[in-house]
Amino acid sequence: MPGLGASFGRGGATDFLQALQHADCILIEGSNMAEAHPVGFRWVMKAKERGAKIIHVDPRFGRTSQLADVHVPIRAGTDIVFLGALIRHVIETEGYFREYVVNYTNASTILREDFQDTEDLDGVFSGFDPETASYDTTTWSYEGAGGGADGDAQTHSSQAGDEHPSGGMDVGAATRDDTLQHPRCVFQVLRRHYARYTPELVQRVCGIAPQDFAAVADTLVQNSGRERTTTLCYAVGWTQHTAGVQVIRAAAILQLLLGNVGRPGGGIMALRGHASIQGSTDIPTLFDMLPGYLSMPRASEDGVSLRDQIAAGGKERGWWAFFDSYLVSLLKAWFGDAATQDNDFGFEHLPKLTGNHSHFSTMLRAIDGGVDGLFVMGQNPAVGSQHAGLQRRALASLKWLVVRDLSEIETATFWRDSPEIDSGELRTQDIQTEVFLMPAASHIEKEGTFTNTQRLLQWRDRALEPPGDARSELWFMHHLAKRVRAHYTQSERARDWPIRHVTWDYPERGATGEPDAEAVAREINGYDVATGAPLADFTTLRSDGSTACGCWIYSGYFKEGVNQARRRDPGDLTAPGGWVSPEWGWAWPLNRRILYNRASADPDGRPWSERKRYVWWDERQGRWTGYDVPDFPIDKRPDYEAPPDALAMDAISGDDPFIMLPDGRGWLFAPTGLLDGPLPTHYEPFESPVDNLLHPRLHVNPAAIKWQRPGEPLPRHGRSALPDRRDELPADRAPHRGRDEPQPPLARRAAARDVRRARSGARRRSRHRGRRLDGHRDRARRDRGAREGHAAHATVEGRRPRRAPDRPALALGLRRRRARRHHERPRRAVGRAQRQHPGVQGVLVQRARRAPRGPVDAAAGGRPP
Amino acid sequence: MSGQDGHSSRPGARPGSFERARRLPLVGRALDWGMGPAAASRITERAGARIAGLKVTESVCPYCAVGCSQLVYTRDDELVDIEGNPRSPINQGTLCPKGAASRQLIQQPGRLTKVRYRRPGATEWEELELEQAMDMIAERVIAARENGWQDVDRQGWRVDRTLGFAHLGGATLDNEENYLIKKFFTAMGAIQIENQARI
Repeated sequence: MPGLGASFGRGGATDFLQALQHADCILIEGSNMAEAHPVGFRWVMKAKERGAKIIHVDPRFGRTSQLADVHVPIRAGTDIVFLGALIRHVIETEGYFREYVVNYTNASTILREDFQDTEDLDGVFSGFDPETASYDTTTWSYEGAGGGADGDAQTHSSQAGDEHPSGGMDVGAATRDDTLQHPRCVFQVLRRHYARYTPELVQRVCGIAPQDFAAVADTLVQNSGRERTTTLCYAVGWTQHTAGVQVIRAAAILQLLLGNVGRPGGGIMALRGHASIQGSTDIPTLFDMLPGYLSMPRASEDGVSLRDQIAAGGKERGWWAFFDSYLVSLLKAWFGDAATQDNDFGFEHLPKLTGNHSHFSTMLRAIDGGVDGLFVMGQNPAVGSQHAGLQRRALASLKWLVVRDLSEIETATFWRDSPEIDSGELRTQDIQTEVFLMPAASHIEKEGTFTNTQRLLQWRDRALEPPGDARSELWFMHHLAKRVRAHYTQSERARDWPIRHVTWDYPERGATGEPDAEAVAREINGYDVATGAPLADFTTLRSDGSTACGCWIYSGYFKEGVNQARRRDPGDLTAPGGWVSPEWGWAWPLNRRILYNRASADPDGRPWSERKRYVWWDERQGRWTGYDVPDFPIDKRPDYEAPPDALAMDAISGDDPFIMLPDGRGWLFAPTGLLDGPLPTHYEPFESPVDNLLHPRLHVNPAAIKWQRPGEPLPRHGRSALPDRRDELPADRAPHRGRDEPQPPLARRAAARDVRRARSGARRRSRHRGRRLDGHRDRARRDRGAREGHAAHATVEGRRPRRAPDRPALALGLRRRRARRHHERPRRAVGRAQRQHPGVQGVLVQRARRAPRGPVDAAAGGRPP
Repeated sequence: MSGQDGHSSRPGARPGSFERARRLPLVGRALDWGMGPAAASRITERAGARIAGLKVTESVCPYCAVGCSQLVYTRDDELVDIEGNPRSPINQGTLCPKGAASRQLIQQPGRLTKVRYRRPGATEWEELELEQAMDMIAERVIAARENGWQDVDRQGWRVDRTLGFAHLGGATLDNEENYLIKKFFTAMGAIQIENQARI
């Protein structure tokens, strides 16, 4: 999310799923959307029905690839090279949307003279301190800007995950060159930065053939511009990379150059994995943020006051100028009457951060004995978090653990059935952790909202009461809070002030005393302190304590006392713009479905084209109008010119669509907001066995945070990481084998059982030249094979190592990939019966065509093909 | 509950469906072995969808973030079926296999209904009353808060926080629940509050 925040201003998908149907091209990378988001994928298929081109870039050929027009296999972890090369292509062939780029992005802004790029400094940007392995970001700002990023609280790194949606810089009156020719303007810096990201480099690093790369690049350019739009979809295939934030930044740069952001069928569609991933960052159960992407206070030598916090978080220009109203209203919502102007609304009582207190560092502290107890609600770190063995050891170091879930999950039973118990490393009797496993209510047994992948809040009604002692988390927190508050009622200590004064008067319902979720929702929406009336939206928030609001970006979801998230009117889907369905649920902010939609009109406020009409300026009414809620001050004329000394929203001109950023323009170059570089640069993933061809001196991002502990060796990387035997590689990297390297015996492969099964199946099939063998025929053949003593059916331990076909290490299957093309694949290698099973055919063919033949098979005791 | 209006029966047969074909004179005869609807038994005549006439509640699928709207059919206190909501502009009545099977999440054999408690060093679970468990947890969280409290950190900077306990939440909880978690644990001075949305 910082990737989107540092490019556009808000950390949310810019588009919504139904808008995908209006795309002319959809590039899916880092996602197997057809399987992971099948219902969302309907809209991709609708677009395809209308003639849109679907491109899938993914190491694996899966169901998404099969339904796409083009599948481009890519070596995992090299997305920045691929996207960087697309950026270069778009610039060098002048395929960018010039009017959009000049007016709506910071391409024309001139950078400081002392900024130096990775191309100048062999892999690092200016301001790098090798001692601390971190950047001083001062030199990354605009020429004439009032200083760089102001402190850690305002920046984020893709490794630490410090998140904040907006930059921490006031840009002042930036100097611009609209011809884009100035050598220090962002456009030229970008061009130089990506000059070496050529199709040849793509071939060497990503394993993508030049003609395939050209096909993708041409398709994107042809389907962007005034008349056409391209959407980019990604999922955890990007976000869970160590460099995920910078990959998303690269995608944002590409989409800004192509002029696709803020337009129907354009933008970046972040496909979130869980029902309310978006919601759990908007109202964060995250250590470094307060609701609405306000940063948690950080300790400093002189203490941190409300004034300091506002100075650090607020901006003079753009929407963050109202930071003080949002923060004060949050404190009013939390501490009620006790929060007054005299005591800075209780701000000084908030806990303060001093470093990284993320989940991973907390678990490391737990092992060292610094954490007594842990609440786990709807999570399963014993198997779901990175380094699960370490997670389980951390659980065993706790004094107590509370797990809330529907069933008995591994985190609750680590003390008796974890692998550490099996191996004898831990003994159940020695584990002193007290465990409470609390039954939880399911989604139909409680009411409340999820925020889905397109920032849409949808209310769920309660269908049933939860069974037995199962309760919602709302109930749990409410009744835990009541008990803890009762303990501290008499306390006069300063540290107990927040517990005594936190507002906690939610009405209870029924025999179980379930708190009223709508009462919580009203507090999140915000209310007028004097009258208690719900606020209409966040523009009514004030910094004088007269308003209270639990999460400013959600303000408006209880507008006029009506639960807007519970609206369920899809509207007339066939009317012009009816597909937006603005009366179904409620999207933050202010029910806007496409963010930055001011950019769907040209600088004069007219739609870029009739075909891509969405939001436009209505001269007669003197306001913005369209199919969606305009993401712009409703009556700001498109020809409004911001005076150089203007502040807050007055500093945003009528043609600056990115109102959350201080200069109102999309950031091709992120002068602030990221700790590890203003432009995405390719470094190899940490554990990659391949050297960095681009910056040989630096294998990984120099600012990457490494968790170094005794007894937890870091993985080797580069050539030296190549194990003596390839079978030591994890299964996901095993298929990319080099020339003449022996294939591992199957039994030694560190792969899941089904991977082994698929592989041995593929070998059988290769012997029979791709004929479909499944069901009873497969079994029959196996049985017969066993009788005849075929090696393929013998025990795997006895197998000799196989040799891979002669192939260079990194050109990942030029021949193979061609064979995998849609029109050739089924006919050449797959029988008719198999074509009816689309899900497996790609995998089978891939295996079949790669499998060794001839002498190897003979050596293994099989028949010649 | 909402959704009781207009959603208590399934939508009619789709064009081109089996039902439509069956109503055609000749095709219907052929399908009904030449005897026509008159030959239907009383049981067949009475038979209907098992969700007909049940209470319907509108919900949202708990799995991925697409946000498909669901119709939840219940009879008294029993869940009967969950299907896609045809009115939703996002899923228009469809659900993926996982969402369509979400009834099994609620009616699974392993579903917990009582608090389980494991003493330090114990090898088996015990059962606890909910109220007792809540009292015990409150006692422990207060002790952990006090034990891990810091007025100042090592450098002497004011921090006013506790490192004694931590929280790992889920991105499958409601916004309202997350709000109470963040609000109350922050009021207690806890900072180690996390969920899997951390990149």
